[in-house]
Amino acid sequence: MSWEFFVGHINYWLFTFLMMTGLYIVVAKGNLVKKIVGLNIFQTSVFMLYISTGKVTGGTAPIFPVDMQIDPEVVYSNPLPHVLILTAIVVGIATTSLGLALIVRIREDFNTIEEDDLVEIEKALARDENELYHQAIGDRV
Amino acid sequence: MAAETTQHVAMTLNDHLPVLQVLIPFVAAPLVVLIGSRRLAWPIAVAASALAFVVAILLLMQVIDGSVISYHIGGWAPPLGIEYRIDAANAFVLLLVSGISTIVLPFARESIKSEVPARHHTLFYACYLLCVTGLLGVAATGDAFNVFVFLEISSLSTYVLIAQGSYRDKRALTAAYDYLIMGTIGATFFVIGLGLLYMATGTLNMVDISERIAEQGSNRTVRSAFAFIVVGVGLKVAIFPLHKWLPNAYTYAPSAVTAFLAATATKVAVYVLLRFMFSIFQPAFLFEVNTLEYIILPFAIIAMFAASFIAVFQSDFKRMLAYSSIAQIGYILLGISFLSETGLTAAIAHLFNHGITKAVLFMGVGAIVLRTGGTFYDRITGMGQAMPWTSGAIVVGGLSLIGVPGTAGFISKWVLVQGALEKGWWPVALLIVLSSLLAVIYVWRVIEALYLSQPADGVDASEVSLWMIAPIWMMALACIYFGLATDITITAARSAAHGLLAGVVALH
Repeated sequence: MSWEFFVGHINYWLFTFLMMTGLYIVVAKGNLVKKIVGLNIFQTSVFMLYISTGKVTGGTAPIFPVDMQIDPEVVYSNPLPHVLILTAIVVGIATTSLGLALIVRIREDFNTIEEDDLVEIEKALARDENELYHQAIGDRV
Repeated sequence: MAAETTQHVAMTLNDHLPVLQVLIPFVAAPLVVLIGSRRLAWPIAVAASALAFVVAILLLMQVIDGSVISYHIGGWAPPLGIEYRIDAANAFVLLLVSGISTIVLPFARESIKSEVPARHHTLFYACYLLCVTGLLGVAATGDAFNVFVFLEISSLSTYVLIAQGSYRDKRALTAAYDYLIMGTIGATFFVIGLGLLYMATGTLNMVDISERIAEQGSNRTVRSAFAFIVVGVGLKVAIFPLHKWLPNAYTYAPSAVTAFLAATATKVAVYVLLRFMFSIFQPAFLFEVNTLEYIILPFAIIAMFAASFIAVFQSDFKRMLAYSSIAQIGYILLGISFLSETGLTAAIAHLFNHGITKAVLFMGVGAIVLRTGGTFYDRITGMGQAMPWTSGAIVVGGLSLIGVPGTAGFISKWVLVQGALEKGWWPVALLIVLSSLLAVIYVWRVIEALYLSQPADGVDASEVSLWMIAPIWMMALACIYFGLATDITITAARSAAHGLLAGVVALH
């Protein structure tokens, strides 16, 4: 792998690094809010991937002159990825706010936002349920 | 490709059906919130859903012969503009989604009344309609990025709907949160895949992408796009190792929501997988054949056995059904991995038949929850006498789940076995039959509890109202009807399979 190859694909390296960082945080962190932060980094890395592909070498901003006298010599950057990412950003915000809202409700009902504690509580709940179930079945069989 | 493509000359209302399909529930959702009346929320939702159902029927009638409708949003011609493209495959999915939604709503009225506080009802129905919009949009659109947007509309509203179960059991909140995290990772993988596809082809229109990929052949960008898309959509489908979100989400969501989601959400995701695998990427590519044969096929078989096996040992009726759903998705994926017209027909038919079967069963559970307050087997014992109608429907659904002749589940499994034998894969055919035996065990446990034991003490045992019985039995009768009159589902499924494979045949 040559130096030119490495530098020429710098946007992909950065994308991969950010993406894996985000994904790692989502998987490794036990705090629910930190997971959302990781998810945000993960999503943002994708925005970067898209936007960097819109760049055309030597291209200028994709705005036509007011008099519409378009010079065929002028190269424009591709605006479509930006538009797509605008939509993806909206989706990302909706996801983040919904996730945070859920965390607030989880905190109200479980009194914790640590995954380990939540797992413990849910295990205890399941154990109680099973005990009740076996008592009920045992009484009648 | 198909016989003819209807050009976009929108003159009458009929020409606007493809967009109306999505627009009706989409406009109704904010309408419910703006009117803000608790009394009107439900009627508006029913009206919108029923209208969407009528539109879906009209669309399917137009395309069942194999023709394709191409609708240009705002009059902008594809590939620049966004195109809605209706063929037999997605008309079938549109019919399933809008039909199930319309039939579940009358059931939802009472079920939701008892499970969700009244102050949330308007917002609940708005979310429900948004979810319907998203699922219909995913099926209707012919634009790859549009699929992502609609997928997220449906997913976001699904997370909210699942979390509504928290008033019955607080674990609904963590289930919704887990699904949110995994669903978003899946959706983001899907977007990465789309981005790579866009880099490789410079277009987002599905037909356009497939033409350009066919031209340039496979390269590393196309291959990685395929991998990202399969994993991303696989999370939504709940393909075997990516299914972790499903059992909790289905168990703790409100009964009506589970009935709707189990019958539609994963099915629409399967449709997306089909669309990308067969219409956009061509199975002529070696990497796709390899993926299907060496990854999807083994995982489908593992799902059929492992999930059924787990289902056998559950003592919670709803959780048992959730695991059985994972197993049934295995059958659908198995049909896809055959890569033949018979296999695809089986997959599409099973997608439909399993949808109605699970709708019966989850609505049946919902009716029992309303009366006994629990879904564990000790709470449902003796309900055969106390709730004869509900229990009867559950038995019909259970038989269809096993695949007993005369029920819908039999037809698709029969075609699936045929597909396996056609390929000469008789061990696979044997495995299909063997895994159905596991279904016999878990369905028998339910029937045993319902009919062969005494009701638990202190259980208020009486039949639910007609508002709930009617939808349950409508679906149960559909299970029997589509088990006897097979030509409708099989014709539509075969037409859809043929349409999906048409591109492949052209390449060979």
